[in-house]
Amino acid sequence: MSAVANAVENGHSNGKTYLNETYGIKSWLFTLDHKRIGILYLITLAAFFAAGGVFASLVRIELATPQGDVFEAETYNKLFTMHGVVMIFFFLIPSIPAVLGNFLLPLQLGARDVAFPKLNLISYYLYTAGGVVALTAIIAGGVDTGWTFYTPYSTTYSNSFVALALIGVFINGFSSILTGVNFIVTIHKMRAPGLTWFRLPLFIWAQYATSLIQVLGTPVIAITILLVVFERLFQIGIFNPTLGGDPVLMQHLFWFYSHPAVYIMILPGFGVISEVIACFSRRRIFGYSFVAFSSLAIAILGFLVWGHHMFVAGQSTYAGMVFSFLTFLVAVPSAIKIFNWAFTLYKGSVLLDSPMLYVLGFIGLFTIGGLTGLFLATLGLDVHMHDTYFVVAHFHYVMVGGMVMAFLAGVHFWWPKMTGKMYSETAARVGVFLIFSGFNLTFLPQFVLGYMGMPRRYHTYPEEWQALNVMSTAGASVLGIGFTLTIIYLLWSAIGGKRAEANPFQAKGLEWENAGSPPIAHNFVDIPIVVEEAYAYGKKHDEAQIESPEPAKEEEVV
Amino acid sequence: MRLKLRAQNLPRRKKLSDAAHSLGRAHHFETAEQQYESATLGMWAFIVQEILFFGGLFGAYVVYRNLYIDAFSAASHQLDISLGAFNTGILIGSSLTMALAVRCAQKGEKNTIIGWLVATIILGFGFLGVKYVEYSHKWHDNLVPGSSFVWEKPGYLDVAGGQVKIFFSLYFVMTGMHALHMVIGVGIMLWLIAKIRRNEINEHYFTPIEISGLYWHFVDIVWIFLFPLLYLIGRHT
Repeated sequence: MSAVANAVENGHSNGKTYLNETYGIKSWLFTLDHKRIGILYLITLAAFFAAGGVFASLVRIELATPQGDVFEAETYNKLFTMHGVVMIFFFLIPSIPAVLGNFLLPLQLGARDVAFPKLNLISYYLYTAGGVVALTAIIAGGVDTGWTFYTPYSTTYSNSFVALALIGVFINGFSSILTGVNFIVTIHKMRAPGLTWFRLPLFIWAQYATSLIQVLGTPVIAITILLVVFERLFQIGIFNPTLGGDPVLMQHLFWFYSHPAVYIMILPGFGVISEVIACFSRRRIFGYSFVAFSSLAIAILGFLVWGHHMFVAGQSTYAGMVFSFLTFLVAVPSAIKIFNWAFTLYKGSVLLDSPMLYVLGFIGLFTIGGLTGLFLATLGLDVHMHDTYFVVAHFHYVMVGGMVMAFLAGVHFWWPKMTGKMYSETAARVGVFLIFSGFNLTFLPQFVLGYMGMPRRYHTYPEEWQALNVMSTAGASVLGIGFTLTIIYLLWSAIGGKRAEANPFQAKGLEWENAGSPPIAHNFVDIPIVVEEAYAYGKKHDEAQIESPEPAKEEEVV
Repeated sequence: MRLKLRAQNLPRRKKLSDAAHSLGRAHHFETAEQQYESATLGMWAFIVQEILFFGGLFGAYVVYRNLYIDAFSAASHQLDISLGAFNTGILIGSSLTMALAVRCAQKGEKNTIIGWLVATIILGFGFLGVKYVEYSHKWHDNLVPGSSFVWEKPGYLDVAGGQVKIFFSLYFVMTGMHALHMVIGVGIMLWLIAKIRRNEINEHYFTPIEISGLYWHFVDIVWIFLFPLLYLIGRHT
């Protein structure tokens, strides 16, 4: 048969995969294998996700009643702050790049590893160290500034462990930067022979755009954090208005990173969606180059819109108008993606496996999240909705409805590749249903609450808003059950699940066609030579000329 | 067509990779060339993030200099221009010795590389020593931001102390971050010397020296911006 099957068989000829190549805890903790590092990230990340989820549940429990009857105001402030800090810095930002990116980048590029494997392991430990420092701050008593650490509250007035939490975020930032550097070099220099830029899977394009933001944005928040820490510890005056310092400058510097950071969170998700939607529509992606370049466009435009977080913070009206206009522009490349995915579905042979269900959920929820973003980008409307639950609902639609759904789509799609095991499809579908419906029940009422004027970050509210808040809390419970179920059946399948085929979804791409499931330690027996685009769906197997270059073959093609 | 081109390239790639096996090539690279290009691109990407890191500080500097031009001018007069100029000379000299180290590495003159690296380290310590003297002067003059900060310079009493404090905050953070980068640079050079002594560097494989050189020159260039911004331009107003 074809060389493709041979390559996969070769991968398993001695039964060795990256999972059973070596044993013991040390072989994992000191591994330089990008696949094992990806799995380490997955485990640590799941722990942070659980911690962030617990804080969110406590927030929702408090908000089930209008009175502040479960927690003190101060405790509540700490809960939503820690939910934000943990979820954003330790889950959303590293999630897809660190787990799926690490695992898949070399496999999709036809490389044996990322360009700098040691740096990759260092990134993981920086992430873990940052997490440990932040958790220490949380256990010691928590932080109550909100995840934005706005000055002068964070530098002068807060009595919580601000500096320690900031140092945790600072350390974690370097993990993100080094991962970005590593991925940029890997994509530039580690592509297999024949793998031109326009044959790359769109996941790679999305990762590339993400890495650019990580490298260009993260250092700015690193220095900002450092200045806030110095301000807090030594009162150096830079952000202290009583000395002439400008607190709004801190907001500028903070959002110069933190707005592009939302694209660090969502762009890799776009990449996952492109991969999964092409596979389960059995169709090449519609408008490949538009989808590819829209990722870069989002990365670039994303750096020009940070001022929309400060429409009511004393920024000049003219700046506000410019930022408002530029923010509308970002909607264009995002919409290009949505339309291209919709056209990919059109006339495709759509299969509704669980990864695809997540993708379809993503498209609906991300569209709502994106369009409500335009409400907030509108200068006049934002004055009304700023700091209300409308904002909370908007970014949860993008981050959870978008990013988390995309992350779960990716985890389900590549789970057999990562573990060699198959999860129960029935359980997975129940999970999708619970997560999708729980999510909507949680956050749709928050749009209404925000529109009616309920401010975020308060632990009490007028009684007429209770019905909607109870709906939201009920939805959060369903969502929590959905996530718990997902973690349980995935763990179950990793331990006792049935063995997966090498390519259970008949997907295209080097990682599926030229590597085993799970792959061998150095990914490929021979480095593949690529002769066609990434999404050659609809072609017959033999026509898909992805071959592994055996010596005899080389002479043939010359 | 592409396939053919690529296939013709294959034998050449193979040869390179065979030759590279003895020269410190990591297993996951196909050729030594690929490894060299990756390392260089990686360092450039890292330098880009460094620019953004310092960029936040330069941004803050621009904002506050525009807001408080008199205070920045007054504060600038407190800095020792001759020590600053002397340090600039030292640092440019260290970039020269670093460049010479890279040159010797390309020629494979091992002992000379170590010599130039040691010279670079000495110049680096010279810079840090002068910086220490400057810092301690500021400490004695109560110009270090913090609770002990006092601003009572005759002739500048109409300038708000808080604004001067912001200048010195920026001065200490910017030069401090720069000095930290130099300390790291010295550490890297010690690591390079150890590597050379273990015979891990030769005329075919000297990438670590070259990319460390890139880093050192970058740190040098940061100072080239810091010196005029902090020491010089304030004196003209």
